[in-house]
Amino acid sequence: MENFDAIVIGAGHNGLTNAAFLAKAGLKVLVLEKNEYIGGATASLELHKNWKYSNCSYVCSLFRPEIYQSLDLGRHGLEVVPLQGSVTFKQDGDYLGSYHQSDLWRREVARHSKKDADAAVRFDADLMKWCRLIRGFLLRTPPDPASFRPRDALEFAFLLKKFYSLSESELYEFIRFFTMSIANYLEQYFESDVILAHFSGGSIIGTGLGVYSPGTAYVLLHHAMGDVDGNVGSWGFARGGMGSVAAALSSSFLSFGGTIRKSSEVKKITVSNQTATGVELVSGEIINANAIISNLDAKRTFLKIIDESDLPEDIVKRAKNFKIRGSSGKVNIALDGMPIFSALPDKSPLTLGHMHFSDTLERLERAYDDWKDDRWSSDPYVDMVIPTQYDPTMAPPGKHMMSVFVQYCPVSPEGGWDDKKKKAFGDTVINQIGDYSPNFKDLILHAEIRTPHEIEKEVGLTEGNIFQGELTLDQLMFNRPFPGYAQYRGPLKRMYMCSSSNHPGGGVMGAPGANAAREILRDFKRKNTTPEDFGDD
Amino acid sequence: MTNNLKVIVIGGGHNGLVCASYLAKAGLSVQILEARDSVGGACAPIIDNNGNKLAGLAHASYGLNMQILKDLDLPALPIQLSLDTISLSEDGSHITFANNSVSGRKISERDSKSYRGFIEEFKKYSEALDVLTTNIPPRLKDMDWHDKKTLIKIGWNLRFGLGKKLMREFLRVGGINIFDVLNEKFDDPAIKGAIAFDAVLGHKMGPRTPNTVLSYLQKISFGENNSLCRSDNLSTLLEEKAKSLGVKILTNSKIDRIIIEDGICKGVKLESAEIFKSDLVISNADAKTTFLKFVGTEYLDAMFSHRVDSIRQEGAVARINLCLKALPKDQNLEGDKLFQRLIIAPDMQYVEHAFNHSKYGEYSDHPILEMIINRVEDRGPSVNSITATISASFAPYDLKGGWGKNRNLFVNRVFETIEKYIPGFNNLVKSYELLTPCDIEEQYNCVGGHWHHGEMGIDQSFMMRPVHGSAQYKTPCKNLYLCGASAHPGGGITGLPGHNAAKQIIRAI
Repeated sequence: MENFDAIVIGAGHNGLTNAAFLAKAGLKVLVLEKNEYIGGATASLELHKNWKYSNCSYVCSLFRPEIYQSLDLGRHGLEVVPLQGSVTFKQDGDYLGSYHQSDLWRREVARHSKKDADAAVRFDADLMKWCRLIRGFLLRTPPDPASFRPRDALEFAFLLKKFYSLSESELYEFIRFFTMSIANYLEQYFESDVILAHFSGGSIIGTGLGVYSPGTAYVLLHHAMGDVDGNVGSWGFARGGMGSVAAALSSSFLSFGGTIRKSSEVKKITVSNQTATGVELVSGEIINANAIISNLDAKRTFLKIIDESDLPEDIVKRAKNFKIRGSSGKVNIALDGMPIFSALPDKSPLTLGHMHFSDTLERLERAYDDWKDDRWSSDPYVDMVIPTQYDPTMAPPGKHMMSVFVQYCPVSPEGGWDDKKKKAFGDTVINQIGDYSPNFKDLILHAEIRTPHEIEKEVGLTEGNIFQGELTLDQLMFNRPFPGYAQYRGPLKRMYMCSSSNHPGGGVMGAPGANAAREILRDFKRKNTTPEDFGDD
Repeated sequence: MTNNLKVIVIGGGHNGLVCASYLAKAGLSVQILEARDSVGGACAPIIDNNGNKLAGLAHASYGLNMQILKDLDLPALPIQLSLDTISLSEDGSHITFANNSVSGRKISERDSKSYRGFIEEFKKYSEALDVLTTNIPPRLKDMDWHDKKTLIKIGWNLRFGLGKKLMREFLRVGGINIFDVLNEKFDDPAIKGAIAFDAVLGHKMGPRTPNTVLSYLQKISFGENNSLCRSDNLSTLLEEKAKSLGVKILTNSKIDRIIIEDGICKGVKLESAEIFKSDLVISNADAKTTFLKFVGTEYLDAMFSHRVDSIRQEGAVARINLCLKALPKDQNLEGDKLFQRLIIAPDMQYVEHAFNHSKYGEYSDHPILEMIINRVEDRGPSVNSITATISASFAPYDLKGGWGKNRNLFVNRVFETIEKYIPGFNNLVKSYELLTPCDIEEQYNCVGGHWHHGEMGIDQSFMMRPVHGSAQYKTPCKNLYLCGASAHPGGGITGLPGHNAAKQIIRAI
């Protein structure tokens, strides 16, 4: 039997990133995947003949350029097409278009409110400041505030130094930014309903929070990090769908001598003497290795693939209390042609980006109220893109693929999901789009409706939560996934975690995978192959 | 430094009285100018239309901070004024919170044990934060020696006072919502509802709103022995104390302007055009009133004014004063139980639903309520009615369509709700009086009618309360200080803002 230095459980993008960095450092790595395709939530599947669906994640917004460079993903076939602008449709037939060209954008905001056009300048500058600050923390291992090890102390000193590069007033503003709700934060700048709603939407994607919930403001950064500083490459579509990200990562990994086994579901991690020794597959096969790395979310890792008796009691309790809340659904649609939007002039460039239909904060918040009571939103917030306008490889000529992300959708509506409810959920979304596009419904050739239930079943994300754990203060930085375990090492010896349940969290970012690789290589006393700093800071 | 500095305190609320007393004790000559006809603010007794004397707006509190009682030589509130909390249930199986324990017909052993553990844990957190609440909040940059000392003490308390395990737990739960924490700890929906009630009352937050752990912690930290008291004669006690220390009090004196010359505060001008010159002015009014109304934006930095203007300060609690024909008869509320603090918040979803309405400028369909029926012996000799006071939430300040014709509709919702829990209640109501947040704004001279002079979210707490640039009780105007609930550590009948402000002022002169 072959011997491996490390086994990575789950070939999602973080698992592959992690494996690639380990292999690059010379370790012998095996990646095990339960599905017959790799990528987890970054997959392109042909669910309708000749149409490729990015049926889970749909935009490549946050993937760290440093990882792209150090794993040479460009040469392995990953091409990210920058995405242009976005639009929010108003109920009264008007719209707010967001353009990349700052002049156009300013004129558009001024059309809705002159005051807001001035505020937008201030807003952009402030946001950019927070971006620069926060970006420096993504590819670093969070320090443990309760520890006295020199390494943690040094890391804290580094973070403090960063913070103290801000002026006193900026410092407080930064703390406020981190703890405010997106609605309250934006209301300090803007007055126009549609502008407030336009910016707010992105802050609730994938979370179990509403626009008025404190703690949502900083999520705005996830959106700004790509496009404010002109780093356009990091905010866009992957050519060929999100599956290309996984394909490039795996190609890079294989080029370093790694091994991937598909259709190999792990039943459990074998443990002896509080040390992880290997894995047992569902087929009964046992594979041993010196390091076992889980790319599953914290709940699955500790409650499903490790025996409760092998874990400290505290960890089991924490894993049970770990908050993973499914709050979003998805509708993927094959279209016979390009839909017309009555509000937009013909050939408007605004269809090239994200499209939204929620034009007031109240509509966004009411969508959240529905979810709190385990109903899907009757007037949901959708983030809709039509990537085939850039990428003709995803559908036959002249046809289009539309990806509609839907917020909010409960894990289990009253009485659980059934086909009837699933269809009703899909219809809610389709009808909403139909209200703004007269020919849309006639163009639909096929629609795949995904509730949190489907996302959990197929991809293995508990409750269908796209971030593998809520991004609230109790589950961020040194608290993610659990206090005391935020440095990618599990409670068992030689066991590691590299999923989005770890710092810095979800999104197709690759950072948890890279950070975990750094810690593993440190323990193995190998040369660090992972990027740590940003060239521009 | 001279000991004969003339000081004016705007507003004789409990914080103004505490601050004035400390300053007078330090030898300053202090003049309180109060807009209403009596001092005490939210603690001052209310006289209703029938001439009944009722508890003030803050009809129950955890009492002033122990340190203040000690320093000012005030008596602690007598034990007979202490209140248990009884959370009402529609089926009559009410639960009682008293002396750090919970009891009731349906409470399981596990839950009552969890409750003791929960209170103990939160007490420890609040003890660890005590350094912060009883001190001037430290600045984070350009710190002076005091700031550093406070910060080090906080760090020490967290790491060594709490210990590694509890510190980690505190850092985890400190910034989140009470909903998740309670779900981790309890099974019984009624216990969770009642605790969530305490976390949100007075704020515009629901149990699921992050920051509610903090707001609950702030409430707990007020109670030295975690027992609520009726605050009946607190204002009289404070007033007498202040007077005995030489503080002069002038009522019915509404402020028009704070006089600023060359960026320096020189005194105040009353609406009667009378001018009071002074060396220092200390405002017990909320930050919006102080800066935007009394000082005026023309004397302030534009960004600073903008920040003050953006403070979230819309009240969401209404007060109802009741006259009853007779005491309610309820077999589950026998004897003394009837006179405790009765609350209606049967579960967290109920509270959250009540909150939902307030987000859209609607009053709650099923409001959360707190009612205290006055004991017979407290009614006073001249009065013969049975009275009760109710705090009802959520009743937003910015109600869609205004309060005008909605007043009666809202009161009906409140009575209907009580009727479900205390059958026959409706028929007992002889007369009532409603104070909406708008009425509170007008009568108590506080923008938004907010109990705490501003929401107590993290972004409006500590060194960001009321806004940064004015968080250490100082203001951008020289010789003008804040001492009210707008300042750290915020609302509640603690007297701490007044105490800390006095500390800062004495240090500054």
